[in-house]
Amino acid sequence: MRYSGAGGLGCEILKNLALSGLTDIHVIDMDTIDISNLNRQFLFRQSDVGKSKAIVAAEFIMKRVKGVTITPYFGKIQDKDEDYYSQFGIVICGLDSVEARRWINATLVNMVDMNNPESLKPLIDGGTEGFKGQSRVILPTITSCYECSLEMLGKQQTFPMCTIANTPRLPEHCVEWASVLEWPRVFKDKKLDNDNPEHVQWLYETALRRAREFKISGVTYSLTQGVAKNIIPAIASTNAIIAASCCNEALKIATTCSPYMNNYMMYSGNDSIYTYTFEYEKKDDCPVCGNLASDFDANPEWTLEEFMQQLPDSQQVRIKNPSLRTAERNLYLQSPPQLEEATRPNLFKKLRELVSNGQEVSITDPGLPFSVKLRLLY
Amino acid sequence: MLKIWSMKQQQQQQQKEAAASGDGSVKKKVTAAQIRVQKDLTELSLPSTMKTHFPNPDDLLHFNVAIEPDEGMYQGGKFNFSFTINNSFPHEPPKVKCTQKIYHPNIDLEGNVCLNILREDWKPVLNLNAVLVGLQYLFLEPNAADPLNKEAASDLQHNRENFRRNVRNSMNGGYVGHEKFERVVNA
Repeated sequence: MRYSGAGGLGCEILKNLALSGLTDIHVIDMDTIDISNLNRQFLFRQSDVGKSKAIVAAEFIMKRVKGVTITPYFGKIQDKDEDYYSQFGIVICGLDSVEARRWINATLVNMVDMNNPESLKPLIDGGTEGFKGQSRVILPTITSCYECSLEMLGKQQTFPMCTIANTPRLPEHCVEWASVLEWPRVFKDKKLDNDNPEHVQWLYETALRRAREFKISGVTYSLTQGVAKNIIPAIASTNAIIAASCCNEALKIATTCSPYMNNYMMYSGNDSIYTYTFEYEKKDDCPVCGNLASDFDANPEWTLEEFMQQLPDSQQVRIKNPSLRTAERNLYLQSPPQLEEATRPNLFKKLRELVSNGQEVSITDPGLPFSVKLRLLY
Repeated sequence: MLKIWSMKQQQQQQQKEAAASGDGSVKKKVTAAQIRVQKDLTELSLPSTMKTHFPNPDDLLHFNVAIEPDEGMYQGGKFNFSFTINNSFPHEPPKVKCTQKIYHPNIDLEGNVCLNILREDWKPVLNLNAVLVGLQYLFLEPNAADPLNKEAASDLQHNRENFRRNVRNSMNGGYVGHEKFERVVNA
């Protein structure tokens, strides 16, 4: 069992899992404890401020619940590779970013190996936003995945650059001005770190000066932090409800005591309580789970050009002007001219010099509305 | 259907075998962003006034674009932009900056660009071709209504002849007011 995130949802989920009798849990979180977390992240105390959430949470739970082993990792989920994730039975996520969710989702989908059913790791994803939340069960490659439903996400608030630069009306405009325009101007190549209190303090002071100049009220430190980090207020009871749902599903999958959720539960506490569970359908052209690499038996002695000539025969669709690339390098690109010229010599190289056994090649073609991924096997 | 707790040993065994056979190296997967960039770039249809350049040809996520307008007030100049694309593409727009200090109502002295499809109007269905065409359009029709360089926008709006002179001066590496600009015309 692995759990990512030891924040608002994380504290609840870890507590639930440990008290449900799970004995081997790993937890990952890259954050440190902030004083503003203490109202709802009940595994932390004032003396823990500044320490790693994952480590403190693991210690607290192990002290309180006998017989459970929690292995913390203080860092990003992206630090770990497939080997690491393949040791777990279920992955539960209580992440606060779309980027991290997309990453873990794509990683788990890519791990699925048709010859090894155990390579399929159920992913339970929980998320909250104020009074609203959702939990869902993703069986990579079987049910719809996180990427399939990406278009449901609300658009992140962005303001036109010229409004920020010239005609600010909202306190948010002032904070954006400080972070998007002033920070790079004043500090040149120094990267803004939204987790660094000194950086946020600078943003706050800069935004406040801007606000006074334009007679705008409402710039506060917490607003600055909120805008810069894109924070949505967290509510303890929403976290508790969503965490309970995630842990129920984990328990059901682990013990097969009851059918698990199929596959998406939304919860809204805005107007009393409303929940609805439905099957979010797989998207055929999902770039993550609708486009899995298929195996392709290739002769390592073929030249790249010979390999490309095999393509039209082997696919159901006609590929006329393919561009090919691995994750690391270009194989052959039809355009732009600089890249065509640079990759042209590859046409006469042997496949074994360019692509290793089992490596993925992505193929695009102007005639195809989608792309094709092939895993070359020699 | 899922024998979840029995997998560990089997998996560890496989890992050991893989490590022993020397083929345990992790093979990088192609990300959705990379594929989309590959598709966008290989299907660009650029006029002769725009050229892409890749400092590292194997890195499609970082490249430069040079625009040489063949008409309008910026004709004769060569304007350079850097493109940085992250793994959230196409859900997030590419980050585009002008790498020269130029005099333009929609580009500030730091190289920030005010183009709606680079921020508030970006949609994943837009592609890199749309961004490039949009950038070139800024040189053909600078837009005084969305200023990033307020002085330049005000000149364009109120004194078009003066604006035209300032553009020429700045492109030759001269001063407009107290600001010295980068020379962008070939000798």
